Amino acid sequence: MLQFLARRLALAVPTLILASMIIFALQQLLPGDTATALSGEERDPEVIAFIRDKYHLDRPLPVRYGYWAAGVLGGDLGESIRLQKSVSELVAEKLPVTLELACLAMLVALAIGVPMGILSAVRRGTWADTLANGVALWGLSIPNFWLGILMILLFSVQLGWLPASGYVPPSESLWENLKAMAMPAFVLGNAISAVMMRHTRAAMLGVLGSDYVRTARAKGVSPLRLVLRHALPNAAIPIITLGALEFGQLLSGAVLTEQIFSVPGFGKLMVDAVFNRDFATVQGVVICTAATYVGLNLAADVLAAAVNPKLRRA
Amino acid sequence: MSGIDRDGAALLPSPTVVEGRRVPLPREPGTLRAFWRRLRARRSAVVGLVIVVGLVLMAVFAAWIAPYDPTETDWGAVRAAPSLAHPFGGDEVGRDVLARIVYGARASLGAGLVSVALAVSLGLPLGLVAGYAGGWVDGAIMRLTDALLAIPFLILAIALAAFLGPSLTNAMVAIGLSATSTFVRLTRAQVQALAAEEFVEAARSVGNPPWRIALVHILPNIVPAILVQATLTIAAAIIAEASLSFLGLGQQPPEPSWGAMLNVAKNFLDQAPWMAIWPGLSIFLAVLGFNLFGDGLRDALDPRGRT
Repeated sequence: MLQFLARRLALAVPTLILASMIIFALQQLLPGDTATALSGEERDPEVIAFIRDKYHLDRPLPVRYGYWAAGVLGGDLGESIRLQKSVSELVAEKLPVTLELACLAMLVALAIGVPMGILSAVRRGTWADTLANGVALWGLSIPNFWLGILMILLFSVQLGWLPASGYVPPSESLWENLKAMAMPAFVLGNAISAVMMRHTRAAMLGVLGSDYVRTARAKGVSPLRLVLRHALPNAAIPIITLGALEFGQLLSGAVLTEQIFSVPGFGKLMVDAVFNRDFATVQGVVICTAATYVGLNLAADVLAAAVNPKLRRA
Repeated sequence: MSGIDRDGAALLPSPTVVEGRRVPLPREPGTLRAFWRRLRARRSAVVGLVIVVGLVLMAVFAAWIAPYDPTETDWGAVRAAPSLAHPFGGDEVGRDVLARIVYGARASLGAGLVSVALAVSLGLPLGLVAGYAGGWVDGAIMRLTDALLAIPFLILAIALAAFLGPSLTNAMVAIGLSATSTFVRLTRAQVQALAAEEFVEAARSVGNPPWRIALVHILPNIVPAILVQATLTIAAAIIAEASLSFLGLGQQPPEPSWGAMLNVAKNFLDQAPWMAIWPGLSIFLAVLGFNLFGDGLRDALDPRGRT
């Protein structure tokens, strides 16, 4: 197991280093003088001089990367010139909001996707299966920002049940917080629920066809108990690991969802930074996203290997 | 890293089942006819094909179909409700929504096709080289795609578009580059599977140079798998273009784009909901069409995958 962990780490670390190089190199795409471009709206020579010094812009690219990477490792993601704050501070401030949104969305995805997947596997080939597959295709094809707009139209404009925007921290009022997060979480979870449904269906079909399930059925186990007690626990392993991999999709989707519902999270931070030409913040958010994502992939692999020793040889 | 491996597929709205499996190319006319028959037998694939062809015709003949110029403003039609004169209503400065939907198809389909063409033209050669050459070349190319896959698709596209500057062309480049790694992986997996086949072994033993084996013997056999993946990736690229335009990083006003129309429409939901209905429905239909057609194409090209 330790050996497996070491092998996985040996692959993940170079991947992250290379990803950070790509993210750093994005700077080179900026037109004109890098210091002027990085300063954004500011044209103050003092600010430009500060940036030139901070990012060692008079040095060659690999050296600059070295300084930057050392900073990132030490927790220094750079300075947001626009907001007069360090990027690490901004990230630490916004990350919990996005994590809450992502967890709620995952709950929505599991609550819809897993029962639907079980039903369509158990009732394979019937109208329930067709319906579930249709719902999954709908979930995959509907752009989540449009779904968000439609929900605002229905629940905020027409019915007035839920607020269209306005985030309330849970420390202030948990109820108001959940009310504000209900629509964003549903919108974000919707697309993932389709993927979860497909994973669950495939995993359940595999397990339901196995010998031990047939034996249990022959011994007269009730159908409900057979599905929930005998089949589901074994089908759950791939569902959990594949679910963890959907996190990238969740982070991508959060950017749009937060924009529609004005949720002050990670995605909104990134989009606002893009428009303020606050490139240090954009880089900081992207590198944190990549690190989270690679970390989750690693965790999912390790979790799967811990549960199933056969995978350790892979 | 196997986690990221699998994720090449997870980035896209549809799972890529084609990876690693050899899909035979229908070459003789009889096979082509059989392929067409298999495709037609799938109702969902036909629906997808009809939607895709319809949208392509709409984009090509936009000038004849649209009742107005898409950028022409009419102060009498500002946020006008749907009527006979403006069947889909008017937008915030009195432009005809129907005309903008029709012309918007050009931005969406154009972005889908161009970005995927870019991704294929970069990813296919890289995947061929990685898969056939092996060794450190393969290692270098694969580590690079791993690194690109470590950044979620849309976030990479947004970051690229942000640094390149907002325009439709740059959005296409950003989406194309973000999708490239999927094609590198797919091509490499297909090439590796084929390289072990006897006909490749035979071609090698009669003294064909590696480039000739890769181009003449292997490439034609991986075209179907690439075609299926490209169709499904167009669906993802259309969503990505709409997302970037929605965020203001794609098509710039006053040129029409479905994503940009939705961005404006969200400010007028209580007064002019039709501004939000039609562009969203168009994106949904386009994505659904390519997903259905791509799924059908995969089933029709790979008889072994049939249930």
